[in-house]
Amino acid sequence: MSTPHLFAGTRTLLYKEMLRFWKVSFQTVAAPVLTAVLYLLIFGHVLEDHVKVYNNVAYTSFLIPGLVMMGVLQNAFANSSSSLIQSKISGNLVFLLVSPLSHWAWFVAYVGASVVRGVVVGAGVLAVTFWFAPLSLVAPAWVLVFAVIGAAMMGALGLLAGLWAEKFEQIAAFQNFIVMPMTFLSGVFYSVKSLPGFWQDASHLNPFFYMIDGFRRGFFGVSDVSPWTSLAVAGGSLLAVCALCLHLLRIGYKIRH
Amino acid sequence: MPAISFQNVSKTYHAVGRHVRALDGVSFDIEPGEFFGLLGPNGAGKTTLISILAGLSAASGGRVLVNGHDVVADYADARRSLGIVPQELVFDPFFSVRETLVIQSGYFGVRNNGAWIDELLAGLGLADKAHANMRQLSGGMKRRVLVAQALVHRPPVIVLDEPTAGVDVELRQTLWQFVARLNKDGHTVLLTTHYLEEAEALCGRIAMLKQGRIVALDRTTALLAGTASTMLRFKLDAPLPVALAARARVTGRIVQLKAHDAADVEQVLAALRSEGLHPEDLEIGRADLEDVFLDIMQSETGSAR
Repeated sequence: MSTPHLFAGTRTLLYKEMLRFWKVSFQTVAAPVLTAVLYLLIFGHVLEDHVKVYNNVAYTSFLIPGLVMMGVLQNAFANSSSSLIQSKISGNLVFLLVSPLSHWAWFVAYVGASVVRGVVVGAGVLAVTFWFAPLSLVAPAWVLVFAVIGAAMMGALGLLAGLWAEKFEQIAAFQNFIVMPMTFLSGVFYSVKSLPGFWQDASHLNPFFYMIDGFRRGFFGVSDVSPWTSLAVAGGSLLAVCALCLHLLRIGYKIRH
Repeated sequence: MPAISFQNVSKTYHAVGRHVRALDGVSFDIEPGEFFGLLGPNGAGKTTLISILAGLSAASGGRVLVNGHDVVADYADARRSLGIVPQELVFDPFFSVRETLVIQSGYFGVRNNGAWIDELLAGLGLADKAHANMRQLSGGMKRRVLVAQALVHRPPVIVLDEPTAGVDVELRQTLWQFVARLNKDGHTVLLTTHYLEEAEALCGRIAMLKQGRIVALDRTTALLAGTASTMLRFKLDAPLPVALAARARVTGRIVQLKAHDAADVEQVLAALRSEGLHPEDLEIGRADLEDVFLDIMQSETGSAR
């Protein structure tokens, strides 16, 4: 297989995966942005005067990066998982299965499109919520690094879920019983320092906690743990999920029989 | 070098508590430029064999080569040589006909393929549907898009897995004219079908598969000559006499009986007359592929397992 072929195929699949969500962007981009704004208005309004997380940061301001990251993570997961399960169930995955694309091409395209959707939704949430509270941007590099790592990990996790699942309910279960609890319990709405000891320790086992903590560090310059620790944990989790994902794609787990 | 080479291919499924042998040492070659038919009853293993060829499933033993490329070790080149029209009517509802073809072309690394895509759309009568969403197409139109998708990267070997199942007469004609033209231009065609008259009209050579094994493999003309029998066909409104029923093939009112010579024919007619039966539309003709097929499937019943 010559190199230009390889990249042309990967590029086409990436383009197709992006075109797929962009064609229904009202549902895939606008809807999650609206959800995040509702969270901000309601929680911000109710808790603004009651919760103080960092000394010089208002609660509504604190909430914004968490909501942005939540949008990034959940949408990156939704993109690859829903695309793959839809293709599996409707049977049109056969068009991809008979193509000469390698497991690397599948991986790069599905995860790449997830990263793009995650980042587009995150940017959308930021662009809208930005007007509701003062927000600093101390270290944009951390913001970008954690957004991309988080989106890539969730894109790969979505790909795993899509490979494993045989029906839509299983994807929904994965989303409701794993992705949602792990994002909500990772410190989107609070600092884990405000939790009782046991829950604080438990939170430190959740890789999403590090992603959100590191991401928030980029905005405020303060965080619960060192951003380097967060980078190591987030990066390690990403590598582990990617390795498993590539392995399953290579052996055709549940897609080639 | 054969266009397709099946070498001792076997496939075993592991069902609960038992092994199902879907393919059992299947070997044959298809030469470049052939129009080859693969026939067999449901569950004979036709689709399993095509799936292994396409890389959709893995063989338990043996190997398959396309233009000399192993479908596992050298899958990219093997798949680039193959155009597969799947049996199921599948489509991606997000895209238009043209987008579907541009994307499929891109998967194979073929970009700027507009001229060929236009030709395919015109050849398959899809030109005015190019910008329609896949969801808006009728079943027949979707089937045409599947054919276009299989051909979009100009594969030398084309595989059609029961492409005319449930398709109306007009589309069947368009499809066969199109595929026959491709074959004339040098493409190798492998066809699986349930319509035996279709296989008889189109395929130069035929393999018959039964319970995962090849039970016949020959030129179509040789297969037809091999039975050398004549068929007596007539319509009858009443049940056949017992003596005849045992050796007849009955489809509704139509009765078919093997008759080797005039004496045979006379004997059958006498048997009918003695029961007071009046056959209509009586005709005597050569055996067709359906007769050959049924003969082989019946005679192999005992020996195949």
